[in-house]
Amino acid sequence: MTASPAFLAGTSLLDAALAPAYWLLAEWSEFMFDVARWTGLGLLQYQYMHRAVLVGLCIGVMAPLIGTFLVHRQLALIGDALAHTAFAGVAVGLFLNAVLDFGVSPYLTAIIVAMIAALSIELISEVTDAYNDVSMAIVLSTGFALGTTLISLNAGGLSVGIDQYLFGNLATVSRENAAILLVLFVVIVGTVALTRNQLLYVTFDETAAEVAGIPVNWYNRTMVVLTALVVVGAMQIMGVILVAAMLVVPVAGAAQVSRSFTGSLLSSVVLAELAVIVGIGLSYYGEATAGGVIVLVAVAIYVACIVFGRLRTALGEESAAETARIDASSTDSEAEPATD
Amino acid sequence: MTTEGPIAELDDVTFGYTATPVVEDISLRIDPGEYAAIVGPNGSGKSTLMRLVLGLLEPDSGSARLFGEPAHRFDEGSRVGYVAQQANAAKEMPITVREVVKMGRFPHVGYGLLSAEDWEIVDRALDVVGMSAFADRPVTQLSGGQRQRAFIARALAGEADLLVLDEPTVGVDAESVDAFYALLETLNDDGITVLLVEHDLRAVTDHAERVVCLNRRLRFDGPTEEFVDSDALAETFGTAVSAVGESG
Repeated sequence: MTASPAFLAGTSLLDAALAPAYWLLAEWSEFMFDVARWTGLGLLQYQYMHRAVLVGLCIGVMAPLIGTFLVHRQLALIGDALAHTAFAGVAVGLFLNAVLDFGVSPYLTAIIVAMIAALSIELISEVTDAYNDVSMAIVLSTGFALGTTLISLNAGGLSVGIDQYLFGNLATVSRENAAILLVLFVVIVGTVALTRNQLLYVTFDETAAEVAGIPVNWYNRTMVVLTALVVVGAMQIMGVILVAAMLVVPVAGAAQVSRSFTGSLLSSVVLAELAVIVGIGLSYYGEATAGGVIVLVAVAIYVACIVFGRLRTALGEESAAETARIDASSTDSEAEPATD
Repeated sequence: MTTEGPIAELDDVTFGYTATPVVEDISLRIDPGEYAAIVGPNGSGKSTLMRLVLGLLEPDSGSARLFGEPAHRFDEGSRVGYVAQQANAAKEMPITVREVVKMGRFPHVGYGLLSAEDWEIVDRALDVVGMSAFADRPVTQLSGGQRQRAFIARALAGEADLLVLDEPTVGVDAESVDAFYALLETLNDDGITVLLVEHDLRAVTDHAERVVCLNRRLRFDGPTEEFVDSDALAETFGTAVSAVGESG
């Protein structure tokens, strides 16, 4: 790929910043070679697959972690909007490299453009009082328009490079991009771990959270910026077109089988990891595009979760509607409020 | 936490989302221990008034104070418990009653974990509203009345001095509504100030001690029994509410 570590004339700067991630990648690769020896798995005999598996596992944690908050706020489509702007960011990077010989990684320009787009979604909603889906649609269209325009300005040079970002590719996960993703992983998981209380409150009941003194707008912006980072992180394997699926599908599946928020969060991560591992394996041996296979596996798991949820209800667990009716007619009147 | 002075105080407040005011020249004082209800026809500005009291909106003119501080800059969020119409909460989200109630502790713990003492407070709040047996049940599997009890428990877990409820019984069956108001009375007897925005005049006249009647401007502010016999009732709501006077 065209990724160059010469971003902002800082080869050594970027490499120095990513040094711990490079070390981790080397250790991970050693471990994967050991696993390949123990298991005889052919796909683990190549270093590029080690990076692909690690990136996939990180996506399997990051995407549902953020997606859980998005889906339950009815913002499932924000991933799509930001993926299209990440596409524009890639086009900006490729354009700068082709026209100005800038030597910038399209991955980094995608991060910058997606973060600006993420904040624009919030800004448009706040300034114009528009619904969130309106601002998402505007940002999505703008991102796609910018991307296609930049590609058309230099079609010969860009169209080849853009494919790997549109559709994703296991083999093109470079050492540098894998290292950047590890940094994103730490930032995203660390931020969610730190602000989980506030994010949960804002997700569940925004007005009550505001009354409780939580700066709701600040956390809304934090959430969309984290979403942008996940989208760019997942882009290299999933591709722009399919990246939003990992934010939504495992979460939707987990919601079918979970009773608690914590359970839903953990289940969605487990389901996403399952989709990633099975998807990477199938795509390697079937010589198919990884992103598409991972999403198809995730959808299959989602369908299985629906079936499991329905079966559980049919086999005697309370369905939501039935229980609500039973409780309304019995327990409310029976439960006398206790006094202190 | 003991409270000296008024819990909430509006002084000559006017506010509008556009050039036309939604509420105009409102002066109001809520003292500790009161059980007050804001009533008015649709579009009268009662929910806007509630948002001004909570500091979610800033007056165009006049002043709004909460616990003695300018309401929009009030930062002791745990002192105020808010219960919305049940439709406003994330209905389909997989979350248990205990997880909802523990949110009341979030202003206290910030970025940290709940301590054993925090969990005791959560369990006590569940007990007070009669929801201990449902603590691990998903909120999606509760009736409307139970769901609102869970939200009240969240406010109690925050150790709120003021409980603000915005039409809390919309969509709740009649039997559950009675139990819900009985719970509010119990909490008020225990010293919690209750401010209720309500469309159901019968519920207000049966339970609240004080009525604030609004139709852009303040039409009535006084004891409930005086409101039932006042001209403000008929002037604001028309003749269709005569049954309220008879029941009250």
